[in-house]
Amino acid sequence: MKFTTEKSIPYILVTPYLLHFLVITAFPVIFSLILTLHRWNLLSPMQWIGGTNFSTVLTDALFWKSLWNTIRFLMIHIPLQVGIALVLAVILNQQIRARGFFRAAYFLPVVVSGVVVTILWKQLYASETGTINALLSTVGLPRVEWLTSTRIAMPAIAIMATWKNVGLYIILLLAGLQSIPRQLYEAAMLDGAGRLGQFFQITIPMLNPILLSVIILSTINGFSLFIEPYVMTGGGPLNSTLSMNLYTYRQAFVFYKMGYAATLGFTMAVIIFAVVVLERRYVERDYL
Amino acid sequence: MNRRLLRGLFYLVLLGGAITFIYPFLWMVLGTIKPEIEITTLRLLPSRVVFDSYRAVFSKIPIARAFLNSLLVASLVTSSVLVFSSLTGYALSRLTFKGKELLFSLVLFTMMMPFQITLIPMYILMVKFHWVDTYQALVVPGMVSAFGILIFRQAFKAIPGDLIDSARLDGYTEVEILFRIVWPLSKPALITVGLITFVNTWNDVLWPIIVIRDQTMMTMPQMVALFTVGGQAEAQLGNILAAATLLAIPMVAAYLLFQRYFIESMATSGLKG
Repeated sequence: MKFTTEKSIPYILVTPYLLHFLVITAFPVIFSLILTLHRWNLLSPMQWIGGTNFSTVLTDALFWKSLWNTIRFLMIHIPLQVGIALVLAVILNQQIRARGFFRAAYFLPVVVSGVVVTILWKQLYASETGTINALLSTVGLPRVEWLTSTRIAMPAIAIMATWKNVGLYIILLLAGLQSIPRQLYEAAMLDGAGRLGQFFQITIPMLNPILLSVIILSTINGFSLFIEPYVMTGGGPLNSTLSMNLYTYRQAFVFYKMGYAATLGFTMAVIIFAVVVLERRYVERDYL
Repeated sequence: MNRRLLRGLFYLVLLGGAITFIYPFLWMVLGTIKPEIEITTLRLLPSRVVFDSYRAVFSKIPIARAFLNSLLVASLVTSSVLVFSSLTGYALSRLTFKGKELLFSLVLFTMMMPFQITLIPMYILMVKFHWVDTYQALVVPGMVSAFGILIFRQAFKAIPGDLIDSARLDGYTEVEILFRIVWPLSKPALITVGLITFVNTWNDVLWPIIVIRDQTMMTMPQMVALFTVGGQAEAQLGNILAAATLLAIPMVAAYLLFQRYFIESMATSGLKG
């Protein structure tokens, strides 16, 4: 009978996905584990070296430097992202004229390629000719060595990344704000809570799942940093903007150390996973 | 605080924000039609309009070719993701079969896997397939997306079962049901997955830098990035800005035309991601 679908049909439908999964996900994951135990420059045969790559990672000053750089990036990027997105979303949630225009404007950098944004900000940050320093000196403030100071270059990249991504989080938070039931605020008002009290007792808890997404997405962003330092600073000055991806890229495609690069990639994946788990544990709250 | 004053403050913050997000783009675009010497001055408008920067970019790098490469790669990846991810999404949401749960966990696993772990082995795979400097290297890894499968599975679940059953009675095959009954009813999901896939593929730059070295095979973001870090721009700020503007134009134009879809789709993907 036609009504009973043939047993093989579901399997035929999922075959393209399964093939793709086997070749593009499963094989690389397993191969990555094998690579971590070898030394290999792609030309000579693979050489088994046991856990040497992992012990090298532990003592590799540049690996720790790149991890520290990423942490510095996140410590600036996440609070900025959450703070600015919250403020702008809360304001946009008021009775605002031209809300559509503002939303569209804030979202513009989100759709543009990171390459464009990086090129643009490299010029804005230029110490002699950049617009930001020109504005600073117009109002009588000292110039800042945005990209040439080891202390400021990474924060400068974090500010740029926030500028690029914050529009998305404004939209997410705005949608979250609009879904909070009015009755909650009315009840709080009857209980005598002021504007600030309402914000911390209702708004923030109700936005918790979205704030968690913002934090996790920004974290993944931080660990994916590549083209920004590649175009803007080349990882400098003195490796102060060397991101983990840029470092892995160099090990693989400048020094052709495939085994070591795979080990770095594997280590990074473990770190990302751990950080996301920690963020879930400490940020996620069940308020209901 | 006075109500009026507060509202004024709100608009001030919003406007300040809008200027911060728009001004740099304005400066970039206007910088491409100024004489080189005027670009770094605070004056926004050019004293006279010149197109030297664009002329230089077009003569130094095959940027039109890069645009076509990007367009081809992003279109192929997007159509493939729409077809193959919806086949799997359909099986996962509307059919029963052995191993369905396992398959679903594979999809979730793929979704959560950080790309850092597969990057190096994938490159080696491309080398072994002799796919370095080919379209296959740019297209095949993106042909199915776990994100797409999850969105489609969710969307297809919402379609009334009666509709699908009666189509089966009418003698439709499952593939016909998917493309002739389910697809027309799932436009928002198709737009979301299609748009996200297109934008992400278009903007991706790490993977092309790894697998493409031949200039005629480069994607647009890759070519512009290498143009600015390499010596070709000859430290001419106008050339660099012109290349960046050419790279920005297609996406910004698409965004201005389909703004609502962009914002809604990317918000959806943000929450699922």
